[in-house]
Amino acid sequence: MNPVNYLYLAALLFTIGATGVLIRRNAIVVFMCIELMLNACNLAFVTFSRMHGNLDGQIIAFFTMVVAAAEVVVGLAIIVSLFRTRHSASVDDASLMKL
Amino acid sequence: MENLIALLIAAPLLGAAVLLCGGRRLDAVGHWIGTVLAAASFVLGVVLFTGMLGKAADHRTLTQHLFSWIPVGGFQADVTFRLDQLSMTFVLLITGVGSLIHLYSVGYMEHDERRRRFFGYLNLFLAAMLLLVLADNYLLLYVGWEGVGLASYLLIGFWQHKPSAATAAKKAFLVNRVGDMGLSIAIMLMFTTFGTFAFGPVFADVDRTGQGKLTAIGLMLLLAACGKSAQVPLQSWLGDAMEGPTPVSALIHAATMVTAGVYLIVRSGAIFNAAPDAQLAVTVVGAVTLLFGAIVGCAKDDIKKALAGSTMSQIGYMVLAAGLGPIGYVFAIMHLVTHGFFKAGLFLGAGSVMHGMNDEVDMRRYGGLRKYMPVTFVTFGLGYLAIIGFPGLSGFFSKDKIIEAAFAKGGTEGWILGGAALLGAAITAYYMTRVMLMTFFGEERWRNAPTPSPAEPSVEPAAETRGEHAEPHPHESPGVMTIPMIVLAFGSVFAGGLFSVGDRFLRWLEPVTGHSEGHSPVSALTVTASTLVLLVVGAGIAYAQYGRRPVPAVAPRGSLLTRAARRDLLQDDFNHVVLVRGGEHLTRSLVYVDHTLVDGVVNGTAASVGGLSGRLRRLQNGYARSYAVSMFGGAAVLVALTLLMRAV
Amino acid sequence: MSFPLLTATAVLPAVGAIATAAVPAAQRTAAKWLALVVSLATLALAAVVAFRFAPGGARYQFTESHAWIKDFGVRYELGVDGIAVALIALTALLIPFVILAGWHDADPMETGSRRWRPTQGFFALILAVEAMVILSFEATDVFLFYIFFEAMLIPMYFLIGGFGDHAHEHGEQAASTQRSYAAVKFLLYNLVGGLIMLAAVIGLYVQAGNFSLPEIVQARANGSLHMATGTERWLFLGFFFAFAVKAPLWPLHTWLPNAMGEATAPVAVLITAVVDKVGTFAMLRFCLQLFPEASKWATPVILVLALISIIYGALLAVGQRDIKRLVAYASISHFGFIILGIFAMTTQGQSGATLYMVNHGISTAALMLVAGFLISRRGSRLIADYGGVQKVAPVLAGTFLIGGLATLSLPGLAPFVSEFLVLVGTFTRHPAIGIIATFGIVLAALYTLVLYQRTMTGPVKTEVAAMPDLRVRELLVIAPLIALLIFLGVYPKPVADIVNPAVRHTMSDVHQTDPKPEVEAAK
Repeated sequence: MNPVNYLYLAALLFTIGATGVLIRRNAIVVFMCIELMLNACNLAFVTFSRMHGNLDGQIIAFFTMVVAAAEVVVGLAIIVSLFRTRHSASVDDASLMKL
Repeated sequence: MENLIALLIAAPLLGAAVLLCGGRRLDAVGHWIGTVLAAASFVLGVVLFTGMLGKAADHRTLTQHLFSWIPVGGFQADVTFRLDQLSMTFVLLITGVGSLIHLYSVGYMEHDERRRRFFGYLNLFLAAMLLLVLADNYLLLYVGWEGVGLASYLLIGFWQHKPSAATAAKKAFLVNRVGDMGLSIAIMLMFTTFGTFAFGPVFADVDRTGQGKLTAIGLMLLLAACGKSAQVPLQSWLGDAMEGPTPVSALIHAATMVTAGVYLIVRSGAIFNAAPDAQLAVTVVGAVTLLFGAIVGCAKDDIKKALAGSTMSQIGYMVLAAGLGPIGYVFAIMHLVTHGFFKAGLFLGAGSVMHGMNDEVDMRRYGGLRKYMPVTFVTFGLGYLAIIGFPGLSGFFSKDKIIEAAFAKGGTEGWILGGAALLGAAITAYYMTRVMLMTFFGEERWRNAPTPSPAEPSVEPAAETRGEHAEPHPHESPGVMTIPMIVLAFGSVFAGGLFSVGDRFLRWLEPVTGHSEGHSPVSALTVTASTLVLLVVGAGIAYAQYGRRPVPAVAPRGSLLTRAARRDLLQDDFNHVVLVRGGEHLTRSLVYVDHTLVDGVVNGTAASVGGLSGRLRRLQNGYARSYAVSMFGGAAVLVALTLLMRAV
Repeated sequence: MSFPLLTATAVLPAVGAIATAAVPAAQRTAAKWLALVVSLATLALAAVVAFRFAPGGARYQFTESHAWIKDFGVRYELGVDGIAVALIALTALLIPFVILAGWHDADPMETGSRRWRPTQGFFALILAVEAMVILSFEATDVFLFYIFFEAMLIPMYFLIGGFGDHAHEHGEQAASTQRSYAAVKFLLYNLVGGLIMLAAVIGLYVQAGNFSLPEIVQARANGSLHMATGTERWLFLGFFFAFAVKAPLWPLHTWLPNAMGEATAPVAVLITAVVDKVGTFAMLRFCLQLFPEASKWATPVILVLALISIIYGALLAVGQRDIKRLVAYASISHFGFIILGIFAMTTQGQSGATLYMVNHGISTAALMLVAGFLISRRGSRLIADYGGVQKVAPVLAGTFLIGGLATLSLPGLAPFVSEFLVLVGTFTRHPAIGIIATFGIVLAALYTLVLYQRTMTGPVKTEVAAMPDLRVRELLVIAPLIALLIFLGVYPKPVADIVNPAVRHTMSDVHQTDPKPEVEAAK
């Protein structure tokens, strides 16, 4: 099978994720969309690895997974504490980062 | 022998250092330390003088090289002293009169708690003045030049708690600084022209350079001389300088420092001889000042200010003579020396009068003092006769020669200058007779007016330092004060004759200054005769006004000229309006400009950056999605650009 | 390998700074003594440098060179010529006096204010400034110089912003606001200058391929490094701008009166007598040597700016109501003289300018520190608040007068020598500018004597009637400075001898010789 198809899939997944980040307000959903984007990238890396015949892309994919796991831990903690203080998981309610 | 020259300066310098750093411990003996060191310098001067007399006229110049001062490339300034007949004359005058005035001050300043410091300043002055006349190059001379300015500043403002004294001191320093500017520009010109500013090499190369440069140097030296010697247009400080203690007026503002300008011109004779235009300017300044000072002297009721006007006028004579070139140099210096004697004597006499009169300076509150102060009266009277040129006394010889020399310049200039000098002699007789009559003759006006006149606010604080206001009890001063007056009176009487008999003074100075006889269109006898006639006329008018009629205790309003003369011929008013007010406006507007314009540009930039960022920060609305959009947008643009670049 | 004398001279105060900062909070006095001892030891090292320096020897002596950032050709390269030696000696000399004068400036206030004033920090910062200033005088690597040139801003910022005197007409709150304004202004001005210089430093690297000053100068001299005229001019301007801000040259001067006015007197001395000298020093060392042609090209404009500085600074000093700001504007006038001397391109001008840096440092320190003692007694910086001090505190008034006389360049005191050299050096090449600059000496007399008259003479004001005279510690600060002013005024030859060879090198770098005197030219 042509590996380029995997790239198309990765692009599709990334776009879905990006759209989700941009239009959804629920922090959990936004968060899941980010995961989707990361995994789209992973897919692209692995595909490139296959296409070029070396292992660099696969290694980076592993790195991404590790970072994503760490990110999930921190991100979920933030979301939980946000929910506790504001009783809502909407990202629009957390708009304090402005001057 | 030449190794002693530095000691001349070192003695008073040591005195100044010891007295000024010594602290209160030395209060009891400080004045004697100062006096002894001044006298030591005089004795040293006499030793050097006798040594000099023992040599042939052409081999009398001694030089002492101490050390290299400022060596930078072609600019080589050394600390080298030069003692020739000209500087020897000054050394004797400075240390001699200086020692006498130190002695006098022991009595005069007896009740001043800061007497030690006063003597420290006096010693500092002597050191600086000696440095001025002993320097072998113009830069070292400049050090002495400003050094005497500093001493003069400190001494005029000695009674610093009087605002008028502090102001007068500042004014003297500032006006002198304008003159100093001339001296420094002259030195710079010499350096660019000759590559040096040492006396010998400069004078040797004078004929190798253009007249324009020499004229410029001459005019700048004249500016310097005007500042130091209180010549028009920089004369305004001298009258105010009388705020200082009277011994200071006698030493610095009559006998020595103010004559430094004459020294400078005579010393630079080689330059002036080759620059006739500069010489003409010198004579004009001298002639104008001698009339200006005399007119001012006629109108002042303050005895010291009247004498100050006289000083100005007499130095005008010297400057006039110095401007005449080789026909006048010797006479300028001769008048300078005799003037040193009689003017110092007159000032000491005035000080003695003030001492006995509770520091009253207004002559309208004197009168009839000859009974109470016989020694002062006689010494003052001899000084008076000397200054007006009474036949046989010092002033007669020296002033007469200057008038003759002025005529001898020849041409229209000669007539104008000679005429001015003659007229000056008449006015001198007038104002000095006036001073004499108002002080020592007539009714005792001080009896009617026991309180100091409110018109003279300067009197008040001075009295405060040395006693309360009380009805004056005129009395003769103690011996420590009268002895110097007597010595100076001897000088006033005999110096002129001593110098003139057999042209002694001329032959003494000629090897340094050069001399040539001018061809006068009028005979010497005519000049002498007309001087005497004018003298009698001037004194006669004064007698008619102040001797025959009683002097009003309050000054009458007077004519327009009198009122102008009382205000120093409006020179101060001019300075005030043009320089002081103008300067104030300038600085005030510059402070404004600095704050609003120069700083404003910077603050404006800061403000506009602030405004811009204020607008930009609205983009930060806090919504994560809008940040995400801008990120994606940015990424998309970057990708698009990359592709575009590839395509091109 | 010989003992790294130059590194030691700079490292000693740096280590001293760290040690001082580490002294426990309760041991304030120990921290002061430690700082004083370190600064004196640095002075001893600097004296060794000065005495072992051979004026007739190599151009740069005691050189040290180590690789640092290999990829960019940045080296740790130190070396001093006569000019640097004179300025290092000045810096090391002034710091003990600054520390001694500021002995109580950083004591915590007894009551009221919540502001904690860490004494240790104050003295550590002063030593840090000393270390960086000395290193910037020593660095012959352009990048190394740049680092310290910029880094000294940080301790200076804290010294200005963190420690002011309480004397303020509008109270403590206003003083605090003014102080932070002054500190930020100081930092911003100098950072902007430094940023532009950084661009020029990078540009220089692109052109030359390394940062070593002696190598670049040699390469330029033997023609192996050619710069286009336009490039050279831009690089010159980049360097010059930074130095002109620091110096400061009109119209980039407005940070100085604020900074000097708000800082305590010892810190003000640190600014004007030490830190600012790096600017004028760098003009002489970097601008002229690296870009000789561009320097000549820019000379007319710079001379005019310097002339404006002289007259403008003096006129503004006349118009000031605040003692410290008056001294600041006087300094602007004096920096005009220094820059005038540097760009007059004569040996007299440049030697004079170097001597001027030294003498101005000493004379301003004397005047400013006495002014500081005066201000600390009365608690006001306004001239109008004083009067008749001479009567109650004659020693204070006397030292103040001597400081003032030095500022107005009275012959016999050190500044006269340098000022006259600068004037002569300028006059030989540009007579008109020389004459106009001479007006500065009249104005200097005006602002100094007016200041003295208004504060020290006249009737005694009631507020100053109980003013104590100088204390022993204060006398210990002032007396050596005054002795030095007199000594260098009477016998400046030792310093001139050290400086002259360095100036000759600089002159030959810019391909300039002194104009011949007219008479000699005619022969």
